[in-house]
Amino acid sequence: MSVAAPDQRIVVEQLAVSVRGGAPVVEGISFTVNRGEVLGLVGESGSGKSTVAVALLGHARRGLEITGGRVSVGGLEVLGLEPPELRSIRGREIAYVPQDPGTALNPALRVGRQLKDVILAHGGERTDAEARALEVLADVQLTDATRIMRSYPHQLSGGQQQRVLLAMAFACRPQVVVLDEPTTGLDVTTQRHLLGTIDALCAGGGTSGVYVSHDLAAIAHVATDVAVMYAGRIVEYGASERVFGAPAHPYTQALLRAIPSPERRSALEGIRGQPPAPGRRPQGCEYAPRCSYAVDACTAAPVPVVASEGGERWARCLRTSEIAPQPTATMPAQAEHAATGAGEPPAISVSALSARYGEAEVLRDVSLQVPVGRRIALVGASGSGKTTLARCLAGLHRDWTGTVELSGRAVPRDARTREQEDLRQVQYIFQNPYGALNPRYTVGRIVEQPLEQFFDLDRDQRAGRVEAQFEAVSLSLDRIDSYPDELSGGERQRVAIARALIVEPTVLICDEITSALDVSVQAVVVETLARIQRTRGLATLFITHNLGLVRNVADEVLVISEGEIVERGPTDRVLTTPTHAYTAQLMRDVPTLAGAWPSVLSPERQVRT
Amino acid sequence: MSTGIAAPRRQRRRLARSEWLTVVGRALRTTRGRIGAGLAAFVVLVAIVGPLFAPDDPNALLTTPYAPASSEHWLGADGLGRDVLSRLLSGGGTLLLMAALATLAGVAVGALAGITATYKGGFWDAALMRPTDVLLAFPPVVLGLVLVSVLGPKLWLIVIAVAVGHAPQVARVIRAATLDVAERDFVRSAELTGLSDRRIIIRELLPNLTSPLMVELGLRLTYSIVLIAGLSFLGFGQQPPAANWGLMMNENRPGLQANPYGILAPAAMVAVLTIGTNLVTDAVARVSGGSLRRSRGSLEPLLAGAHPQEALEPPTGAGEGRL
Repeated sequence: MSVAAPDQRIVVEQLAVSVRGGAPVVEGISFTVNRGEVLGLVGESGSGKSTVAVALLGHARRGLEITGGRVSVGGLEVLGLEPPELRSIRGREIAYVPQDPGTALNPALRVGRQLKDVILAHGGERTDAEARALEVLADVQLTDATRIMRSYPHQLSGGQQQRVLLAMAFACRPQVVVLDEPTTGLDVTTQRHLLGTIDALCAGGGTSGVYVSHDLAAIAHVATDVAVMYAGRIVEYGASERVFGAPAHPYTQALLRAIPSPERRSALEGIRGQPPAPGRRPQGCEYAPRCSYAVDACTAAPVPVVASEGGERWARCLRTSEIAPQPTATMPAQAEHAATGAGEPPAISVSALSARYGEAEVLRDVSLQVPVGRRIALVGASGSGKTTLARCLAGLHRDWTGTVELSGRAVPRDARTREQEDLRQVQYIFQNPYGALNPRYTVGRIVEQPLEQFFDLDRDQRAGRVEAQFEAVSLSLDRIDSYPDELSGGERQRVAIARALIVEPTVLICDEITSALDVSVQAVVVETLARIQRTRGLATLFITHNLGLVRNVADEVLVISEGEIVERGPTDRVLTTPTHAYTAQLMRDVPTLAGAWPSVLSPERQVRT
Repeated sequence: MSTGIAAPRRQRRRLARSEWLTVVGRALRTTRGRIGAGLAAFVVLVAIVGPLFAPDDPNALLTTPYAPASSEHWLGADGLGRDVLSRLLSGGGTLLLMAALATLAGVAVGALAGITATYKGGFWDAALMRPTDVLLAFPPVVLGLVLVSVLGPKLWLIVIAVAVGHAPQVARVIRAATLDVAERDFVRSAELTGLSDRRIIIRELLPNLTSPLMVELGLRLTYSIVLIAGLSFLGFGQQPPAANWGLMMNENRPGLQANPYGILAPAAMVAVLTIGTNLVTDAVARVSGGSLRRSRGSLEPLLAGAHPQEALEPPTGAGEGRL
């Protein structure tokens, strides 16, 4: 391992990062990346993937410190460097692309100035900087580079901003680029093109990359090798088509089963429980407490790496030979569709709804109906107006025309002027569970509060219903006295679901409720919601940009684009044989593990199923 | 609860948490906070129980004017031959009470105005904040002086004048602090439950503004003390022969050389008190600055590129280590 092959660009050995003077956050991280290759670093929240990524640049986030190991980039030992030396290699030898372009660019400076600064900081000549800037903007497929150079960041779209950051990273022709979730937050079409560009830049320019993401599908499309991280360690490593095609570690397998696919309907299986926090990790295998294959030996001692395929592939699991790699295709299929309540008026019915934000018209003549017991998905890119529609229905957005009827009765526009009964019937679950629960109240109190408002019950009756509701959403009753910040993201979202369901609504509006959650948690939440929806016959409007989820959550799909519904129909029909060009485009752009879409510029980099 | 089936579980009574106690507790665990609280508590104690320990009647003429400190009169006498120590021990109560009332009134009015302006927005924002801006243009001392000189030196009037001086500044600060909270979805959720605006302001928004409110309370208390003592010194406030620290400083000016304690002692009390309250406020601001960051933490690291849970998890150890 220590014999540096000539084309090894990144060599990481036994890297460890700890809380300053405390518990390790990541440890025992080792991998190598060759020239022109991309390593995908996959993991869920808290797995330490971003910590590893920034450690490659010799950096540790505040409160953390790099406590051991070795990082070599292009033959240069990074960890022993003094700050001035580190500065000089950052950007020139090793570049970093952050997740959120909106905050990574200086809003007060023109893009060209920021780009040229990078070039000049690393010894570029002023005369060449302009030319190099234009050249690199062209490399990242930004047409009209001169206009982009003169623009301020806010004048560019999210995708363009991310390309500018990409250009800044590649401006000095670095040997290594670290990409920290660069496509999170972009819609599928933009993401697909950006992935293609990254692929081309790395393969074409001989740059090595480390691509950090929680999105396995995105990783599958750019990465040659994959390292799956869990609780601060790499649990599985190998060529990406092997890892995704035949996962060896139980965690990888579970992760893959949790990912919804737009191509077929499969029951999602979440991973129960939570990863251990730094300092509370068990001895032995970190995943053992959640692993269905765990035996006593797993927790007895640190688990060694089990290599296969000539050392090119390994997993940190004692039982890899026994739990033969499951091909991902053999997932259980066929989730049941709910029965429709025929003959009744639709639970909610919208006709000719148009909405504005100030001058801008964001919805035009939208009509839809959600019959009792039916699940409808509203799908569209960001900015298509889907959240605005949801907020109009709930009465949170007031500037709209048209009619909204609940079980055949028209309701006022503004939630404040609606009857209590109308408010009770429509319940709304927000996208971000972190903001939707008042941090000053216990979750028990939060769930109880609407009961007080809508029903005339005494304290014991309310407490009983709150407990029943906690059980219904699979929340442990000893969470009842916790505050929101003591819960995980998935638990908080279940609290929000409990709060919505406790008042027995007829219509449930779910606004991107899983987009802030990890896939394994998303699967658990979706599964919980589906079970309750079936038993209670709720009419559900499920808003999402995740086409993969649609098959799991909806009987019917509405595709919305630029404020208009462009296609509607039964889920399977719309996703399998879309009639509108926009839907077809969306379906093409969704990254899937099977690599259904050919990589834009390097078709040979396709992943086999 | 009668024959409870699930009786043990009904024991739960954690409903809400206020940040008051937690933050004060944390503030008092810092050196700064401890010293400040000690200083302030000393002066408050003197003001409250002082009259009981006064060796003499504060208004009795006992010795020669400006008699220097002696074993009989530890801090000497004032211009009329009254015992300075006795007057010092008796002269804090009213001052502190007035300062406390003015602070509470000013902060309460200002906070409600600030929250309402943000939450209701539009007309209410303008209706509340434009007058606020006008009031802000007057220095509080001038405002007090104008009111008192027009309406006469009545104690309640001084309290009101000082409170009116505080309210606009508090309103500004709290209005800005509310902007962040009012945007969050739990407020939308409360609206969808049909809660009245009043309940949303008091039950949903206010509990999330404890930290800035506490800092304002401490800061305004310090100003109130200085302002009221200052007004007394200028002769607007308690009238002679009442014992009052501000008044004492004024009365004893002519005897500064003969008996400096006549001025130094009350001045020291006011100084120690303001330093004390200021230190405590500072400690509160520091620890709650952290807690504000943490409660908002879910968003902030998100913007910085971290994933929600990552944002919350790794620093746990680091955060505790700092205290």
